[in-house]
Amino acid sequence: MTSNQSPEGPVGTAVRSAGEQTPPSVSRGAIGSWLATANVGVLREVALLPVLVLLIIVGTVVSPAFLTVSNFAGIGQQSSALGVVVVGESMILLIGGMDLSLESTFGLAPMVAAWLIVPVSAYGSGTDLSPYLGILVLIAVGAGVGLVNGLLIVKGRLNGFIVTLGMTIVLAGLQNGIVKAQTLFNLPQPFAYLGSASFGQLPVSLVVTAIIFILVGLFLRYHRTGRAIYAVGGNPAAARAAGIKVERIKIGVYIAGSILAAIGGLMEAGRVSAVTGQQGYQEGIIFSVFAAAVIGGVSLKGGRGNMIGAASGVILLGIVQDILDLANVSNYWIEAINGAVILFALVLARIVGGESTAEER
Amino acid sequence: MTSSGLALVEVIGVEKRFGTTRALRGVDVSLNAGQCLGLVGRNGAGKSTLVSILSGLSEPDAGSVRFGGEPAPRIGDIDRWREWIATVFQHSMIVPDLSVAENVFLGSTPRLVSWRELRARTRDIMREWGFDIAAETPCRDLSVEQLQIVEIARALARGAKCVLLDEPTAALERQAGLRLFDRVHQLTAAGVAVLYISHHLEEVFEICQDVAVLRDGELVLTAPTASLSKDDLVAAMVGGVQHVPSGDSAESGESGQAGRSSESGPRGQSRSEERTEAEVLAVDDLAAQSPRGRVSGVSLRVHAGEVVGVTGLLSAGVATLGRAIAGAEPYAAGEVRMNGRRVPSGRRDLAQRAGIGYIPEDRRAEGFVAHLGVAENATMTIARQLSGRFGLLRPGRRAAAAAPLTSRLHLVSSGPGQPAGELSGGNQQKVTVARTLAHRPSLIVAITPTRGVDVASKELLLNSLADVAASGACVLLCTDELPDLAICDRVIVLVRGEVFTEFGQPPFDRDELIVATEGLSGTTYSAAHATAQEAAE
Repeated sequence: MTSNQSPEGPVGTAVRSAGEQTPPSVSRGAIGSWLATANVGVLREVALLPVLVLLIIVGTVVSPAFLTVSNFAGIGQQSSALGVVVVGESMILLIGGMDLSLESTFGLAPMVAAWLIVPVSAYGSGTDLSPYLGILVLIAVGAGVGLVNGLLIVKGRLNGFIVTLGMTIVLAGLQNGIVKAQTLFNLPQPFAYLGSASFGQLPVSLVVTAIIFILVGLFLRYHRTGRAIYAVGGNPAAARAAGIKVERIKIGVYIAGSILAAIGGLMEAGRVSAVTGQQGYQEGIIFSVFAAAVIGGVSLKGGRGNMIGAASGVILLGIVQDILDLANVSNYWIEAINGAVILFALVLARIVGGESTAEER
Repeated sequence: MTSSGLALVEVIGVEKRFGTTRALRGVDVSLNAGQCLGLVGRNGAGKSTLVSILSGLSEPDAGSVRFGGEPAPRIGDIDRWREWIATVFQHSMIVPDLSVAENVFLGSTPRLVSWRELRARTRDIMREWGFDIAAETPCRDLSVEQLQIVEIARALARGAKCVLLDEPTAALERQAGLRLFDRVHQLTAAGVAVLYISHHLEEVFEICQDVAVLRDGELVLTAPTASLSKDDLVAAMVGGVQHVPSGDSAESGESGQAGRSSESGPRGQSRSEERTEAEVLAVDDLAAQSPRGRVSGVSLRVHAGEVVGVTGLLSAGVATLGRAIAGAEPYAAGEVRMNGRRVPSGRRDLAQRAGIGYIPEDRRAEGFVAHLGVAENATMTIARQLSGRFGLLRPGRRAAAAAPLTSRLHLVSSGPGQPAGELSGGNQQKVTVARTLAHRPSLIVAITPTRGVDVASKELLLNSLADVAASGACVLLCTDELPDLAICDRVIVLVRGEVFTEFGQPPFDRDELIVATEGLSGTTYSAAHATAQEAAE
């Protein structure tokens, strides 16, 4: 994804650490040679590529339906909501934080919005809010949760793990509380559009998620604030000494992460054309979110990782899930196998990815 | 000097090497019951090595330690070692989450702990020695002074016959220090031997009967304190003039000249003449406290083109002052002004915007982000200026901006993308300096910028700071490395967090600086020194 944006894309000599370092020499040579080197740089960052190739081979063997456009469109649509949350969590991991409450924001934000939108007969609040305003409410809920988390963790200097663990339970409780554990159906089209519509066979949610990955990836790589996020996560004291507003950046990232989780929730609500009390917390999506980010090489200790890795982590989980479905694995065993495959993928990514995917000692 | 058979602790001909450095060269020390012996010496004279040998933490390469005439227990037999000698270290060895009683018996608790007995025994010790700390108090609630008492109680609980106090007043207020002296007298009166290690010579005169001076790993002087003047003691520490008060030995050692940099003289003098330059930094009545030391009521001025040094002992608050001015540490009272505008407390970002550059003391902790590239680290302070529309930063532009800085500092790396964490210590320090120079500060606060840096890089870093001043900015150099002060136009000496004196004219006499950092007025000593030199001519 760097190839179409960076005129001075990573050259072959790029050092380890997953391409966060931007190499020296500006190669303004022939476009062809530049493309070649740039591609090497990008491929280098997809540490999971061999694992993905392996999985695609396995999938093809398992079922003839696997290697079809419609199947991949399905994987894309199913994974995009998760993907958006992974972008948010990855940013929070990059500043050296951790947010467990994203899964509840993923459920609560669309629930609050839908509750304000749908009529009383469908368990709505009766305000019959416009769906467009509803989407603004959804984003505001995300921003509010992120702000509270950020203030408690950064200004209150509380432990992020416990703050967001507490927050996730509070939010999940609110999600069920406001609608008395009902499921909201009949979502109006503008509200459900993002998760349900498609351009031909290409789901809108997949396109939007891909755009979010690319924009955030470019932001992290080429924007001043994106670079500050890496500095803050890599060494907050050094970032502060260099005049970076560490606290402001951290709070901002918590807010951005929660907004992304809310948008992911909007996609999920559109996909299943309902908002259930289970969405998010009770589905336990946070495990998949962390798994995708970490498999994709985003360090839990902050400062390391990128969106290419995170995206490949999401794709990997999506393909695994799809293969398990296609293979008709018994429902009794699906969870055990799912977990085992994730552990296996993590080990494989570590072996293939080398030092850049290793946790620091 | 092995004395009578009565000696409680004897160190005989002890040698210790670290690589090519001979930290101790045949040191003899003996300590009798009830004696308080002061041990003094400059940083690096071998005090810490001797302390670790006496504490049973490391083994001498040659020579021996004897307790009560018997060979000392083997290294590692800490229990038996502690029956003879217990050390109260400079850095507290107290576990803050445990109670006083548990800390007193730390490491010597029986397998099955009887809380009641532990507390009762602690209370007995506290009562016997007149200490007033409840046995069940959690140690996190204690003051520094009380923690030290707990450590002394721990030594006494083991029945140690000798207590080794390593820089015990470094973290204490003056009053607490005086109370400590009472406790030392109490110990010696009860027949406990005390080895008292301190940078503060006046303390040695106050409580020690005898004093031993280490210099470059050798014991250069052992004498009753009553027979010495402070000048003699300083002379022995610094080298050059012998302790004999008559001053008959006149060769002034090469170390005495080390701090004088002849080439800095003219430049410095020309600077102090043009003192009409604009005032850049104004600090008034600054008070701040940090684990690095405390400062109070410090006022100073730095003018454009000036290099001002701040020095003092480790605990004197030199680093705290620098950090507070740079906004890396909040200050409790007073005012910092840059070009007349107030710089708020503890806001590094605003201080940088006001034009204060900051070279931190600990580069690993604050100097760079290890897995970001050299160029990105070096330009971290100017990301805003380098970024184009929408805040986008082009890596090529970053590398181009970093290139002149890195080449000026002769920074060796495999390229601007190499992670700073992979560089050698000296090059990492250059990254930190480059980062500071990058935003063209009108004042650079540098805290011990040459620590752990090889000689060639040291020279380069100091010259780059001097160049900054030559180009019209100013530098506040906070350091305890006296040779580095050669680039300064003025040197301010802090003692216990307050401005003690100021040296206004380079070259600065190293001996006078040392005397001043010890909190002694330099006049008498330098007079004696001068007579000694005259005698030589």
